[in-house]
Amino acid sequence: MDKYIKAPIDKKDTAGLRAGDYVYITGTVYTARDAAHKRMYDILAEGGDLPIDLAGQVIYYMGPSPAREGRVIGSAGPTTASRMDKYTPQLLDLGMGAMIGKGKRSPEVIEAIKRNGAVYFAAVGGAGALLSKCITASEVVAYDDLGTEAIRKLTVKDFPAIVVIDSEGNNLYETAIKEYCQAEEAKG
Amino acid sequence: MIRTVQTNDIVENIKEMCIEANYFLSDDMCETMRLAKEQEKSPLGKQILGQLQENLSIAAEDMIPICQDTGMAVVFLEIGQDVHLEGGALEDAVNEGVRRGYAEGFLRKSVVNDPLIRENTKDNTPAVIHTRIVPGDKVKITIAPKGFGSENMSRVFMLKPAEGIEGVKNAVLTAVKDAGPNACPPMVVGVGIGGTFEKCAVMAKEALTRETGKHSEIPYVREMEEELLARINGLGIGPGGLGGTTTALAVHINTYPTHIAGLPVAVNICCHVNRHVVRVI
Repeated sequence: MDKYIKAPIDKKDTAGLRAGDYVYITGTVYTARDAAHKRMYDILAEGGDLPIDLAGQVIYYMGPSPAREGRVIGSAGPTTASRMDKYTPQLLDLGMGAMIGKGKRSPEVIEAIKRNGAVYFAAVGGAGALLSKCITASEVVAYDDLGTEAIRKLTVKDFPAIVVIDSEGNNLYETAIKEYCQAEEAKG
Repeated sequence: MIRTVQTNDIVENIKEMCIEANYFLSDDMCETMRLAKEQEKSPLGKQILGQLQENLSIAAEDMIPICQDTGMAVVFLEIGQDVHLEGGALEDAVNEGVRRGYAEGFLRKSVVNDPLIRENTKDNTPAVIHTRIVPGDKVKITIAPKGFGSENMSRVFMLKPAEGIEGVKNAVLTAVKDAGPNACPPMVVGVGIGGTFEKCAVMAKEALTRETGKHSEIPYVREMEEELLARINGLGIGPGGLGGTTTALAVHINTYPTHIAGLPVAVNICCHVNRHVVRVI
């Protein structure tokens, strides 16, 4: 089912999303990938404050290629989410509303998604040129020294994604793959 | 007759090849992607393959890299033994070409200086360079910028000879199944069988640079490529890992003699952005 949603996202909206829904996200999302996650994790371990308030925020696992002159951003597709699994439950417990990435999540992350009523979206991996067209503004807000891995505030319009893990823990990767696996075996 | 090649020519060619590889997918890959969309049975899978087609058009027309992960530059060099290189160290020339290509081409700098200290080198160097000396007076350069979503899902299996061909097939299927949605399917699967631990891995990488869908000339290897492609596409992983009948676009296998005690198998997985550009100087 196609749904149009706003970012940041509130619990009412995440509760209404189901694994398999095709969504178009409009609003503000923040990027963070490996190095930014590690830095946030270390800051929290030392009792410090994060550079952004995570409440309701949608975090996009993405490190763009450089923007050409006059452009907002370069290629901007999702990176593999499982590398962020170690850091994710803590960020979800701090109120992070949703994540956009690609690939499988750990059981600990899925539990934290359920516990916090959050949601995990997948964007199409390897479609960075296409996805960049949905980003209308980009600004580095923290960790500029990390280059492509800095935290960026992005303005997105109708950014396409698919709900893979919903707030009840339903997992599209498992159900969809099973469907076609069985279909092929039945034919074979 | 000794032929002199200027290392500056190598710099310039590598620069251009890094840029070309990241903006324009080769014709063989484009055709394979187009056919995949026609044949995909899942409606969502078909939609995703359509988006990937559109992505390729946007990349070429607007000069935006096909994928933001513009890779670590893997460079295969075949240097004719009658070539004399003049103008500086060969590996310096390769790295200078990569440095210029990634700067001038607005490509992402994704390389860290040390695997544990992890400071970005900010120019995407060094490249990973594989050099062979071959007969002749030409320099053949193959550039394959490798993204790490799929690289991370690649595997080496040191099988026992008794595990035989079924063991090899199971190893490939295990690697692909475990990779699942993480490796940005539909993928190209490069396999190296035989040699030693490192030889099979290099063969698997080189197999990814083969013209897509072109089979091995060894009959039993060709059969294994065809069978594995069909079985991988029966796993149901599909485009984006969201279910479907297109999980792999091709399986390429290279083989080499090995030791009486061993059966090494490497599976190097590449996403659908299987970039490879070849030039002969």
